[in-house]
Amino acid sequence: MKFIDEYRDGKAAARYARLIARATTKPWTIMEVCGGQTHAIVKFGIDELLPKDVELVHGPGCPVCVTPLELIDKAIEIASRPNVIFCSFGDMLRVPGSSKDLLVVKASGGDVRIVYSPLDAVKIAEANPAKEVVFFAVGFETTAPANAMAVFQAHQKGIGNFSILVSHVLVPPAMEAILSSPINRVQGFLAAGHVCTIMGYTEYEPIAQKYNIPIVVTGFEPLDILQGVYMCVKQLEEGRADVENQYARSVRKEGNLPAQKLISEVFCVVSRKWRGVGEIPQSGLGLRDEYREFDAELRFGVASYTAEESSECISGLILQGVKKPHECTAFGTRCTPERPLGATMVSSEGACAAYYRYRRVSVAS
Amino acid sequence: MESVKEFAMSCPIPIDQYPTVLLAHGGGGRLMHQLIESMFVPVFSNPLLDVRHDGAVFQLNGTKLAFTTDSYVVRPLFFPGGDIGTLAINGTVNDLAMCGARPLYLSAGFILEEGLPMETLWRVVQSMKQAAEVAGVQLVTGDTKVVDKGKGDLVFINTAGVGLIEHDLTIAPTSVEPGDLVLLNGDIGRHGIAIMAVREGLEFESAIESDCAPLSDLVMKLIDAGIRIKCMRDLTRGGLASALVEIAETANVHIGIDESAIPVREDVQGACEILGFDPLYLANEGRFVMFVAASEAERALAVMGACAPDSCACVVGRVTEDPPGMVTLKSRIGATRIVDMFSGEQLPRIC
Repeated sequence: MKFIDEYRDGKAAARYARLIARATTKPWTIMEVCGGQTHAIVKFGIDELLPKDVELVHGPGCPVCVTPLELIDKAIEIASRPNVIFCSFGDMLRVPGSSKDLLVVKASGGDVRIVYSPLDAVKIAEANPAKEVVFFAVGFETTAPANAMAVFQAHQKGIGNFSILVSHVLVPPAMEAILSSPINRVQGFLAAGHVCTIMGYTEYEPIAQKYNIPIVVTGFEPLDILQGVYMCVKQLEEGRADVENQYARSVRKEGNLPAQKLISEVFCVVSRKWRGVGEIPQSGLGLRDEYREFDAELRFGVASYTAEESSECISGLILQGVKKPHECTAFGTRCTPERPLGATMVSSEGACAAYYRYRRVSVAS
Repeated sequence: MESVKEFAMSCPIPIDQYPTVLLAHGGGGRLMHQLIESMFVPVFSNPLLDVRHDGAVFQLNGTKLAFTTDSYVVRPLFFPGGDIGTLAINGTVNDLAMCGARPLYLSAGFILEEGLPMETLWRVVQSMKQAAEVAGVQLVTGDTKVVDKGKGDLVFINTAGVGLIEHDLTIAPTSVEPGDLVLLNGDIGRHGIAIMAVREGLEFESAIESDCAPLSDLVMKLIDAGIRIKCMRDLTRGGLASALVEIAETANVHIGIDESAIPVREDVQGACEILGFDPLYLANEGRFVMFVAASEAERALAVMGACAPDSCACVVGRVTEDPPGMVTLKSRIGATRIVDMFSGEQLPRIC
C-alpha cells in the first residue's frame, strides 16, 4: 500500500537495527510515550530487533488506560439513565468500571452507541431533540480539536440536548511527572507523533533542558520507531539532550495552529486524575466557563463521584515504565482481556493487552 | 424438577461476570468460543458435535452426509457485493463445502418484523433464488414467523443444509499434522469492511465490495482433482486469525503464518489503518483456509487459480509441532508474535 508498505520494509528495518546496534555502547532505557507506538512495537516485534542494551519501556499515552475509574463509573451512571443516548469511541466500551462496563449497560437496555467522530454525536443530538445525547470525550491532545469542534458547533447551533463527559489529558505534564518521580528510569523519550502534529514540539524543549533528556518526536510505523530509537540512542551516546523531529512528514514545529486555537476556545488547562497514577497538576483539559452548559458531569449531577481502584492492579507502575506487564502476578491469570483488572489490559493500545495478545508465552522462533 | 434445579445451579458461564448475554458472545472471538465450549458442547455432547467442525458428518445407510445450520442477522440488509439473502444461501453452502460435501438441499426459516416493506422481502427472496441457482442447491422446506415491530431487525433468516460426501477423506481439524501447509483462496477482509462502511456511513474513494460467494464448486474441483484435503474452514466472523486459532487448539499443533504472504487489498488495508482494525480478524464470506500435505500444495493452488484466476490464492503458513495449540505470525519486519482471538468483535480505536 502506498506510504504504508514503505515503512514496514523488512530489509530497511534490519538495516536500522544494525545502525542502532553499532551506535550503542552502553545500556539505555527509552520510553515510547504513545500507546499507538507500544501497540506497533509489540505487534511488529520491533523490540526484538534491538540490541540487548536498548530497552523500550511503555509510556502513559493510552487514553483508555489513563481515564480514571470514577470517570468510567460516571459514564456508566449517565448511560444507564432513561432518555440518554451515550456515544463513545469503540474501545471505551469494554473498560471496566467499579462494577460493570458500558457493554453491560448496553446489554441491559441502555442506548450506548459507538461513533467514529464526536461530530456524529452532535448529529445524533440534532436528530433526537427529545433525548439527551452525551459524548465521552477522552483522549490526549490528538482528539481534543474534534471534541472542541463538537462543543463549538453545538453552541453555535444552540443544540441544548448535547453534552460531553470530559476526561482530556495532556502529554507534557505526564512526562514531567515520570521524570520527577524518584523511581524513574527513563533516559530518553520517543514523543507521540500525532499529539505533536496538533501541538507542535516547542513545549518539549524546556523539558529536555530541565531534565537533560533527549526527546525525539516519533511516528508509528516500524521504520519510524526504529529511526526514532536510533536518533535517541545517538543523542544519548553523544551526551546531547535535544528535541528532534523524526516524524517530519506529519509534524511541524509550531503544530496545527487552527486546531490549537479551537482547543483553547473551548477548553482550559485543569488538574486531572490519571488512572493508576493519581492527580497530576495542570495535566488535562476541562470546559471553559462559557461552555459549562455542555458539561455532562454538571448536567447529570455526577461530578462528586469517587472510586477506589483495584489494589492488585499495577497499571500505574506500568504506565510510568517502572514495571513491564509480565512482571505483574495477576498478568494472564487473574487479569485477562476477558476479565481485566485495569485498563491497560482492555485497550488494544494498553501495554498489558498488547503483551497478552502478542507474547503471552515465549515463542520459539 | 430436581434435575432442572441442579442444572440451573451449575451454569458453566460465570454469572457474576456475565449475568446477561453480551454482543461479544456472538462476535466470533474468545467469548463466543467460551460460550460454545462451556455451555453448548458439554450439554449436547456427542461424537458428531464434538468434532467441532462447520457441520456434522455422518453415514446413513452407507451414504455419507453433511448437515449444518446458520442464522443471518446482518445489518444493513443490503451492502455492496451482496445482501442478507445471498449470505443466507452462501453461508450454509460454504459450511457444507468446508465438510467436503456437495450441497444439495437447504431449508429457510424467516423471522420477519412487522412493518417490513414487502418490496424489501421480495428483493431478499430474489437474491436467495439467484444465489441458490449459482450454488446448485434447492430450497426444499421453510418456515415463516412474524414478530411485533421493534422485536426484530427487519429480517432474520436461518438456513440449514444437507450435502452429500462422495469421497473417503476425513476433513476435520484432527487430520491436520505437522508439515502441512495452510492455503488461502484469496484476499481477506473485504466483507467486514464493506458492511462496516455502509453501517457506519464511512465513505471511501470507491465502494469496497463483499467477497460473498459460494465455495462449493471450487471445493468439488479440488476433491475431483484428487487433492487430499485435511481440513478446511471458512473465514467468517473472527476472520483468518480466529479460524486458525480454533484449528490449532483442536488439532493441538502450532500454525505459523507469514504476514507478508497474506493478501489484503490496498483499499481494505487503508480502511483498517484508519479504523485501527487488523485485517486478520475481519469477516469474509467467500474465503477459506485449507490444510494439505506440502507435496500437494502446488497442485491445489493450480486448481484454485484455474477456478478463480484473479483470486491470488496462496500459501500463508505451515503447521509444526511446537508450541502446540498456538498460532504465531512472522511480521513484515521479520519478528515473531502470537496470534490470538479477540474477546468479541474488534472495536474501533480512539486515535
